[in-house]
Amino acid sequence: MRYSGLRVMVEALTGHRGWKPVWRDPAPQARYDFVIVGGGGHGLATAYYLAKEFGKSRIAVLEKGYLGGGNVGRNTTIIRSNYLLDGNEPFYEFSLKLWEGLEQDFNYNAMVSQRGIINLIHTDAQRDAFTRRGNAMILNGADAELLDREQVRSLYPWLNFDNARFPIKGALMQRRGGTVRHDAVAWGYARGADMRGVDLIQNCEVTGMRIENGKVLGVETTRGFIGAGKVGVAVAGSSSKVMAHAGMRLPIESHVLQAFVSEGLKPFIDGVMTFGAGHFYVSQSDKGGLVFGGDIDGYNSYAQRGNLPVIEDVAEGGMALMPAIGRARLLRTWGGIMDMSMDGSPIIDRTPVEGLYFNGGWCYGGFKATPASGWCFAHLLARDEPHVTARAYRFDRFLKGLMIDEKGQGATPNLH
Amino acid sequence: MIINHPILGPRDAQEFVYLGDAALINRPDGMTAGIEAFHDYLYVRDNPAGEHRELWYHEQGDRSWLVVTRNTVTHEIIKVELARDVAKAAGRTK
Amino acid sequence: MSQQNRMSGGQIDRSRTLRFTFDGVSYEGHPGDTLASALLANGVRLMGRSFKYHRPRGPLSAGSEEPNAIVELRTGARQEPNTRATVAELFDGLEAKSQNRWPSLAFDALAINDRLNSFFTAGFYYKTFMWPASFWEKVYEPIIRRAAGLGSLTRQEDPDSYDKGFLHCDLLVIGGGPAGLMAALAAGRAGARVILADEDFRFGGRLNAETLTVGGKPGADWAAGVVDELRSMPNVRLMIRTTIIGAFDHGIYGAVERVSDHLAVPAPGKPRQTLWRIYSRRALLAGGATERPIAFENNDRPGIMLAGALRAYANRFGVKVGERVAVFTNNEDGLRTARDLQARGVDVVAVVDARRDGALLPGIRHLKGAEIVDAGGRLGLRSITVRQANGQTETLDVTALGVSGGWNPNVNISSHRRSKPVWNETLQAFVPGEGGPAGLVAAGAAAGLMSTHGALVSGQKGALAALGELGLSGASDTIPEAEDAPVSITPKWYVHSGKGRAWIDPQNDVTVKDVKLAHQENFTSVEHLKRYTTLGMATDQGKTGNVLGLAVMAGLTGQTIPETGTTIYRPPYTPVALGTLAGRSRGKEFKPFRLTPSHKWAEEQGAVFVEVGMWLRTQWLPKPGETHWRQSVDREVLATRKSVGICDVTTLGKIDIQGTDAGAFLDKVYCNTFSTLAVGRCRYGLMLREDGMVFDDGTTARMDETEYVMTTTTANAVTVFRHLEYCRQVLWPEMDVQLISTTEAWAQFSVAGPNARRLLEKLVDQDISDAAFPYMAAGNITIGGLRARLFRISFSGELAYEIAVPTRYGDALLRRMLEAGREFDAIVYGTEALGVMRVEKGHVAGNELNGQSTALNMGLGKMVSRKKDSIGMVLSQREGMNDPEGYRLVGVKPVDKTATLTAGSHFLEIGAAPVIANDGGWLTSKVYSPHLGCEIALGYLKAGDRKIGQRMRAVNLLAKTETEVDIVSPHFFDPEGERLRG
Repeated sequence: MRYSGLRVMVEALTGHRGWKPVWRDPAPQARYDFVIVGGGGHGLATAYYLAKEFGKSRIAVLEKGYLGGGNVGRNTTIIRSNYLLDGNEPFYEFSLKLWEGLEQDFNYNAMVSQRGIINLIHTDAQRDAFTRRGNAMILNGADAELLDREQVRSLYPWLNFDNARFPIKGALMQRRGGTVRHDAVAWGYARGADMRGVDLIQNCEVTGMRIENGKVLGVETTRGFIGAGKVGVAVAGSSSKVMAHAGMRLPIESHVLQAFVSEGLKPFIDGVMTFGAGHFYVSQSDKGGLVFGGDIDGYNSYAQRGNLPVIEDVAEGGMALMPAIGRARLLRTWGGIMDMSMDGSPIIDRTPVEGLYFNGGWCYGGFKATPASGWCFAHLLARDEPHVTARAYRFDRFLKGLMIDEKGQGATPNLH
Repeated sequence: MIINHPILGPRDAQEFVYLGDAALINRPDGMTAGIEAFHDYLYVRDNPAGEHRELWYHEQGDRSWLVVTRNTVTHEIIKVELARDVAKAAGRTK
Repeated sequence: MSQQNRMSGGQIDRSRTLRFTFDGVSYEGHPGDTLASALLANGVRLMGRSFKYHRPRGPLSAGSEEPNAIVELRTGARQEPNTRATVAELFDGLEAKSQNRWPSLAFDALAINDRLNSFFTAGFYYKTFMWPASFWEKVYEPIIRRAAGLGSLTRQEDPDSYDKGFLHCDLLVIGGGPAGLMAALAAGRAGARVILADEDFRFGGRLNAETLTVGGKPGADWAAGVVDELRSMPNVRLMIRTTIIGAFDHGIYGAVERVSDHLAVPAPGKPRQTLWRIYSRRALLAGGATERPIAFENNDRPGIMLAGALRAYANRFGVKVGERVAVFTNNEDGLRTARDLQARGVDVVAVVDARRDGALLPGIRHLKGAEIVDAGGRLGLRSITVRQANGQTETLDVTALGVSGGWNPNVNISSHRRSKPVWNETLQAFVPGEGGPAGLVAAGAAAGLMSTHGALVSGQKGALAALGELGLSGASDTIPEAEDAPVSITPKWYVHSGKGRAWIDPQNDVTVKDVKLAHQENFTSVEHLKRYTTLGMATDQGKTGNVLGLAVMAGLTGQTIPETGTTIYRPPYTPVALGTLAGRSRGKEFKPFRLTPSHKWAEEQGAVFVEVGMWLRTQWLPKPGETHWRQSVDREVLATRKSVGICDVTTLGKIDIQGTDAGAFLDKVYCNTFSTLAVGRCRYGLMLREDGMVFDDGTTARMDETEYVMTTTTANAVTVFRHLEYCRQVLWPEMDVQLISTTEAWAQFSVAGPNARRLLEKLVDQDISDAAFPYMAAGNITIGGLRARLFRISFSGELAYEIAVPTRYGDALLRRMLEAGREFDAIVYGTEALGVMRVEKGHVAGNELNGQSTALNMGLGKMVSRKKDSIGMVLSQREGMNDPEGYRLVGVKPVDKTATLTAGSHFLEIGAAPVIANDGGWLTSKVYSPHLGCEIALGYLKAGDRKIGQRMRAVNLLAKTETEVDIVSPHFFDPEGERLRG
């Protein structure tokens, strides 16, 4: 069924009787050519592109809970490609380009909204670093602008310009950055995959892997054994748990990242903004809530919930930057489990087990990466070759000393 | 969270800085071990969902490094030891 | 007529009259009123508009679960959006406005959405607005954004202050109703440290809203008596207007105390609100229960509210919501409303009871097996249509309707740690399940014990059990006599009737139809239902609607309600002002200031300061007549290089390292060797992370056989110290080495320039001639008898020293040095001049020490000794970090000396296209060198060591500028080092 304004009108006038299930609930088959473990954004996108772009069939996505129930459904919805390093920027720019055509591609309005993102500058050293980064972005074909203090003021005059502990000195802006309605991304990919014959199997947890002679034969699940030609794991947050079934230990720790939304407010912030002198970033959803976040709690956790100090820390950053939000109220907090990798960058790679592929380590950059991650993982699964923009995301980069460390923090996952 | 410091008693976790898996105690000797051993030591983690022994530093306190055994699913803290004692028990010397 | 709906009785103070306005119209109320009760007393039922359809709305509740009656409270910079009128305490002069309507509350243009509701179903926006792609940002989204949102922020700074505090207790009692009061009493009498917190401005909970008796007294009076006794106990802290917002790990609870929200403005020196972090050994959840509605067509008319709210307005506030009242219930509790209102002389037109059996109420038209199928009255309820058991329908004229679909225990706090509540078939509700916050138990209605007796018993029992676990004992005092009615409920979630809409989540306009559509489209998982329809995502977080929505979905899928699941309860329990969470950390007080010993002197001189981490450092010191910062900085550099300049470098980290293994220890933490350093000498040290990247650099001196003094960069002072403690305690625990950070113990100044020695010789008691104190010497000295430290080190390339005295003498030392230096025209220079001179000399600093660079990148690769084990030595040998084509530190000079450079520009070969494949690296730091008369820079250039002498372009694509540059050695100034050895 094709979605369109006309269709909505026709259904409205005929009692909405025509809407079909957005996806089927098929029983798992005995064997697939491709089994994608993880029905989050990345797993669903992988299945979608495998079917649509790489012409593959006999594909299943196994999800232990409900589709889109992981980090694609619990993030702050930001998209951007304002990365610095060669290993990252082409990939994230590829992702941003895919975002730009995504809704027309999968015929679902995910509200991709390029209202711009600014990273505020508070010191000369930050300006130097953002100048380097902005130039790297442009060299990679992305857009970037350096704003001075007055340009920032003209965008957001109610920021704390006059009484700031760390004065605002400018900003790096990417106009093509913005936000996307996060759940709709999962649903759009799920619908697109389902329409192309992919079996989306919910409430199906992988409990083991059948590996013989160094080759994966399939996965054990709560709904029985499912044979597979190739298995792709995209379960960020639970990567270590799932890959342990294949006897692998990963350069990844699981950490909780909290996020926050305020009560609905009339338009206050148009684009996305990050504070450069504290842990705070914010945008406003189309519904009116201020959606914001800060740093991870900082200790290994699988709990999908955090503690009060980080909530306070984020609010402090918010009030320091925007003293007008004091009377807005925090409505809800939530927590997602991040695959914090050893250099802050992801992994899309083969594994030592033949037929087993891994996608993870997204830290808290996973949402914006969803389209490219799916595309590149599908590319790897379909062709056994890394996609050109994802070549650096290898397991062995740590052994070879080719880390992609945007923040320069080294092998300390909670600092990335 | 509250960490029951072996010397100072219960202290708010905010006084501490977190490092990570206490396996970091087992640093290979650089004169004998090579890149692969150091790679496994520095970069690869068990990352369990459950009991986890981990290093915390009492930065806003007595500067002790502690080994805290904590459940990563419930956040329950099962045991707190001085990292120095743990390291010595593991045979670390000079 | 004023307060035409006010009746007698209730807990309001009629001796005082409070004036207030709503949408500009003046009204009167009394202390003890909420904004909602006062408006209802004045006959105002219409208080808001819904989010999507802009439906007219009045209050649904009399408490914090309110979804409809939300207003903009106060004016000017104190205006607060989305305040629930049902909990806003009335004060004299209160001003409130309705929100999310235009031009007025009674006539709202966007109510057109209600007419178009068949288009605006759940998730319609996912299916349209896709063509053309560019229209989303340009056309559709701006319209949607303008229409969305509820209340507004003024964009002015919040003028009120907020505070934070910490509290400790043996038992935290959450909720001051019968269960909570009984628990606090038992624990208080037992001598435990008790905190009793309630979100209301009056303890008593439902006892304030009911006509029930406890121990033969009216419930509210019993509660007041208990509160009096508790107030007399020094071990009990009573906190009204205090909401427990969340349960966190290890018995920590967040609480918000609304200190001043019941006042027009906070009293002088008082915060608006305080965030408390409560450290409890045990906690008792006695948060009561929340009534839920039954969905039927047009069940959102102003005047339709929860049955319990209707009697709360009557009993507690002395307000009748309407002259002619009906009740729609599926449980026994709903009948209380009919009885109480009838007793007060209100005309109870009918009780519509979904249950078929049970006794009939005397004197009231009690319709069994009946249901309401529609309600009329756009801006306020005028009629209901009842379908009786025999199928006949009848329309009744009523102006108020109380609805009860049963009560949901307030399990939220017990589920904040993500444990799942369990379904109780008798109550038809979720009750707290296993695995809740450690140390927390529930009592009273929160635990599913719905009678007053049950609350009293379980409160006492819960408290005594908690005390027992703490080794305290309390007495099982007699439980006062109270009603113990069983719960009688027949599930009734929504009324199947015509094609109209029946609201489940009134604020977000989620109706039964939307749930049906979600089911039709296979969004059947509870999380999909929530996310697709926005059920439970409004400001009330689904307190009244969530279970109802679940039940409707369960009915559609044929699963039971517990099989359908429950959404996750998340903090905060009710929304919390961001100002409260931030407390005092705002404005200049966002982070503390660290001031240098020379700060006072510099301030006197009119210095310009710069934030360096938490430090404020002198950036430069303008002299009269200097109008541009460059004039000041150039002068400072030239004066230093010509004669002598002084700079406060106290911010550098300083660590004393002592012990017989101190040298061996330094050999481990530095990649170069320190154990061989002679006493009285210092050496530049490079510290790596274990991954082989450069961590920090600095100079370390050997003051004695077993004593070293390390300096670190300002930025890494804390992290280096942490790392050293890690190495000492964790990696090499048997080493005899002790550390202490002395960053704040010593004031340290750099004294640099050809006359540096001559200046210091005037002050220092010892011989510091070149022979006695050569380059890289270090030692303990005295200045007029005062102990001090002197290091002959230089980052400027000049003959230079760093001299340190105990911090409290720093200011005096600076003044004495300037006095002594007057004959040399000594000046003080700031961080800018410091930066200029270090770049001229080619020293790496913050922009080069970026955590992504190796010693090899910095041209310091030879410093990494492989003759000993040190942190980072092994992994620095990885192939990717030893690429001959990798980055090397270079110097950069513009070909045209008048041209400008920009740090962050990238290197491109002459003629190369600006694409990433041609990227050669970047300029890390740029300064104007008055010595060379042009701008110069340092940079990381691919294979830069082989490109010295080449010509390239430094391109800044952000500014669309580029400059031709010569790649040179990074040592621009005195490359042979003759001056610093002078």
